[in-house]
Amino acid sequence: MFVDLGKPIADGVNQFVRHLIVNYGDGFEAVSGFILKILLFIETGLRDLHPAVLLAVVFGLAWASSRHLLMAAGLTFLMWLIGCFGLWEQAMQTLAIVLVAVLISALIGLPLGVLSARSTRFRAVLSPILDLMQTIPSFVYLIPAAMLFGLGKVPAVLATVIYAAPPLIRLTELGIRQVNAEVVEASRAFGATRWQMLRGVQLPLALPSIMAGLNQTMMMALAMVVIASMIGARGVGETVLLGLQRNDAGRGLIGGLVIVILAIVLDRITQNFGRRMQIRGGEG
Amino acid sequence: MSMIEVRNVTKIFGENPAEALRLLREGAAKDEILAKTGCTVGLRDVSLEIKRGEIFVIMGLSGSGKSTLIRHFNRLIDPTDGQILFEGEDILKYDARRLEKFRREKLGMVFQRFGLMPHRTVLENAAYGLSVRGVPRAEREAKAMEWLKTVGLEGFEKQYPGQLSGGMQQRVGLARALANDPDALLMDEAFSALDPLIRGQMQDQLVELQAQLRKTIVFITHDLDEALRLGDRIAILKDGALVQVGTPNEILLEPADDYVRAFVRDVNRAKVLTVEKLMKPPAHRIAHDDLDRALAEMRKAGETYGFVYRSGAFQGVLTEAALQVAVAEGSSASPSELAQEPPRIEHGSALAEALPMAMGTDLPLAVMQDDQLRGFVHQERIGEVLAMEPAPEPPAEAGPPPAAREAQKQAEDARPAA
Repeated sequence: MFVDLGKPIADGVNQFVRHLIVNYGDGFEAVSGFILKILLFIETGLRDLHPAVLLAVVFGLAWASSRHLLMAAGLTFLMWLIGCFGLWEQAMQTLAIVLVAVLISALIGLPLGVLSARSTRFRAVLSPILDLMQTIPSFVYLIPAAMLFGLGKVPAVLATVIYAAPPLIRLTELGIRQVNAEVVEASRAFGATRWQMLRGVQLPLALPSIMAGLNQTMMMALAMVVIASMIGARGVGETVLLGLQRNDAGRGLIGGLVIVILAIVLDRITQNFGRRMQIRGGEG
Repeated sequence: MSMIEVRNVTKIFGENPAEALRLLREGAAKDEILAKTGCTVGLRDVSLEIKRGEIFVIMGLSGSGKSTLIRHFNRLIDPTDGQILFEGEDILKYDARRLEKFRREKLGMVFQRFGLMPHRTVLENAAYGLSVRGVPRAEREAKAMEWLKTVGLEGFEKQYPGQLSGGMQQRVGLARALANDPDALLMDEAFSALDPLIRGQMQDQLVELQAQLRKTIVFITHDLDEALRLGDRIAILKDGALVQVGTPNEILLEPADDYVRAFVRDVNRAKVLTVEKLMKPPAHRIAHDDLDRALAEMRKAGETYGFVYRSGAFQGVLTEAALQVAVAEGSSASPSELAQEPPRIEHGSALAEALPMAMGTDLPLAVMQDDQLRGFVHQERIGEVLAMEPAPEPPAEAGPPPAAREAQKQAEDARPAA
């Protein structure tokens, strides 16, 4: 009753990946090297930074976003706890991966979001791809990614981007589509070019929604940390993985706590920034 | 000279405009086209001309296509068929760049829900058109500030639109449109979202501004009182088709069909109509001194009074009654001596002013302009116009506002009793 599609597809994909490695290996290596460079730049920067300076930065950002002394102090205290757990260095590695993944997600996600807000047809094509990116088990693309880019941090970053970019794309699109139609029409009536309209009206008014997307992307990137460590990305994920492998529940818990702390700190800061923008948009 | 000219513009919304257009040309009705092609007819073969410097009001009920029509003037909507000329140039030929330039330099637009940018201050909003044009900040803000002062918003420039009342927000919208110094101003139901009192103030302000600016203004409204108050000329749309174009007096006195008639029934004619519209030249002149002959002539003409002239100059009005008495008495007075001075009324006065004067006299009213006699208004004519017969039946679909329907009903109920 069934036609055998499994084997030809599997064989085809394997052949395709091998074909890519053999013929375009250099290209992938170049991309990999470029991403690695940025990643290492940020990572060494974060690790060389004296922890006290970073704590001060966290305090400053938390204060600037929330204008709440207790919130700023609390988040700083949580960051300090990471050091007390003895996982500061790993946390910095993880932070670097998350930041680079979010950066790449934003670079890809914002234009895609804008495009799909503009064209319903583009959205119809993109939407199922985004669904696929979010639901397909990450190991499925981790293996070919590791084959193409080698083990280590770069495939981890790319796998993280695949998993984390969709909410940013979706919320950018939603934000732009929800901008008051009459305001956009007014801008058009005054002869604004598409770019003037986008930069001056649509993006600023969609900013709260875009910030929510950025926040979601960050949270999902953190959720990928443990899985990414399986293909050799270092960081807190590795600690959790080691805890699992060695049946060391305590160590696993500490690793898990550090991830939660990072998540809370990043979430509160970005969310409060988003809220501030919303307040301004609302009163405005 | 015509500023904006629209020739045979048809707009069809939907997937299959070609088929819908074909059906439309065969004379199919809106509903039929919708049923057959799934397309909505927005505008139906509309042709009109808007002159430089006039306030042209486009009016109709919701769904009549008026907002669609005004969006054709700056091509926010492109027509399915037809031509649109601006200062004689075919704007449908413009490419995207040229169209942007046209919108920046020639037009300003004011929106029903204001269309202000909530993330920009009042000043930045007013300067928006100029910033799109690339005018440097200092210059554009100075210009925007001037216009904010003109519309009475000095001191609010640092606020955000959300902090202002509706009327003030629409003033920002007006300042934004005027700061561009456009040739034509498009106002889409600009005052419809405002409270009646504020709306009245805004109308006054617009009339005041227009007295200085003499812009070409296209004003959309569904409110006939507003249309009559503002419009130099009024176009009435129904189901996407033009029903009538004319001055307020023409619309009121010579409604093109029952639809317009039903529309204008509620209007207080005494307030809107002006005396010169009813004015006539002197009908029966008396230019000699023979009283017997004058009486005979007046009777023959079927008039009850005559206008006495001496060497081309108006002397007064002589009634048949006065003439009769004089003839019976064998008076030797000349017609000029017997004639009475008629009450005078200024050119441009509303009928409401003329009415009490007309009630107090048997003579026609003399309409004066710059101390010159322009003509006469007869009492019977005032009575006729004010008592103009209501339309027999309001149009069934998309009929007049409920108030008009109500009035119609009352009039019908009252008729048998009267």
